[in-house]
Amino acid sequence: MANEIKENERLYRTEAVVIRRMNVGEADKILTIYTPEHGKLRVVAKGVRRTTSRLGGYVELFTKSRLLIAKGRNLDIVTQSEPINIYRKLREDLNLVAHASYVAELLDRLAEENIQNYPAYELLVNTFTGLNSGDDPNITIRAYELHLLSYMGYRPQLQQCVRCQAELRPVVNFFSPELGGVLCNDCGNIERRSAELSVDALKVMRHLQRTAFTDIPKLRLTDNLRRELEQAMRSYTRYLLERDLKSAEFIHTIS
Amino acid sequence: MKVTAEPVSRLIDELNKLPTIGPKTASRLAFYILRGSKDNAEALAQAIIDVKEKIVYCSECFNLTEQDPCPVCASRDRDRTLLCVVEEPLDVVALEKTHEFNGLYHVLHGHIDPINGIMADDLRIRELVDRVKLNDINEVILAMNPNVEGRATANYINRLLVPLGATISTLATGLPVGGDLEYADEVTLSNALKGRRLI
Repeated sequence: MANEIKENERLYRTEAVVIRRMNVGEADKILTIYTPEHGKLRVVAKGVRRTTSRLGGYVELFTKSRLLIAKGRNLDIVTQSEPINIYRKLREDLNLVAHASYVAELLDRLAEENIQNYPAYELLVNTFTGLNSGDDPNITIRAYELHLLSYMGYRPQLQQCVRCQAELRPVVNFFSPELGGVLCNDCGNIERRSAELSVDALKVMRHLQRTAFTDIPKLRLTDNLRRELEQAMRSYTRYLLERDLKSAEFIHTIS
Repeated sequence: MKVTAEPVSRLIDELNKLPTIGPKTASRLAFYILRGSKDNAEALAQAIIDVKEKIVYCSECFNLTEQDPCPVCASRDRDRTLLCVVEEPLDVVALEKTHEFNGLYHVLHGHIDPINGIMADDLRIRELVDRVKLNDINEVILAMNPNVEGRATANYINRLLVPLGATISTLATGLPVGGDLEYADEVTLSNALKGRRLI
């Protein structure tokens, strides 16, 4: 009995999605995982680079699984993994690998370790599920960005002007990364560090922001509009993270 | 007051910079070197200097070598129309041990991994494309590691090489020798099933 209690203190179970992996030591990997109860965690998977590893195939990048983890002195250690969804297409299709990488990298950059954020976990799973089942990758990651930023406390203001609070009118407005939202036409002409945002782009952003992620319908957007949306979102994440994400660049090099 | 003499603590600091060597291991190694013979210490120091001074990249395959071109690229017995692309120099060693491959190699020095900041331009991919363009190569074997990053790298290279007309293949993925079927993960097992063959 005493033994059993000890065991429970040393081991814990959690669902997890692997969002980053790095080689370490002879045959180990450090995994960055995202979990429903603990948020982002860094754990060690021992020996997974050996071809005979039992764990190897189950701790692949983007895999959702049930993990049994042992508390370690420094990093905790994965002892068992049972896959729930391996998102096969995200492993195989180069374009989807790139988009899933972006999803993972953005989450990794925005999330702090050991801070529970269940909506962010649910969003991650829904995004991977959507990408894996053939949803438009471009629109999926735009919706993902808008929802994730909300859950992380950076929800862009798309209803009123962030400077004068006036209700936004259906004219060309401006997006300001620094002020975290949209400026009305008058304020945008004064505020230098902002870029024009078309009526259609604002409409799509508002729509994606207020619709539940799993209810987002198929949208037919022109290439120009997609580019405009990407630029607006990119300027905002660049401002927040003070860097460009490599996987965003990778999406462009392969398309 | 400093308890450890400066040359010793300097050695400890240097060893401590190596991967997986913490301060404890570093001081144990330092004292081991200190107690050992002078010859051993000199041989170690010389070996470290030599790898930095004498090792260069082969200008053809980008493997690490003492002479350029490397022995494999310089050999007359190898099949120059067959090219095997690998991630790391150690993969060449592993493949050579099989004695099954008699073509040439191309070492990329990594795999595409945007999440960790590694892009195609950080690898020897452009050099590979030039090599396939300029030489008479029949088949390119993409021998990347069987994981997401390795596969993405292989797919990326495949896109660039297809227009050049060479046959492109990848290594088979399946069950490792000596393992038990029941422990194989579902992807490995389904690959093994797809790649089954007549006996």
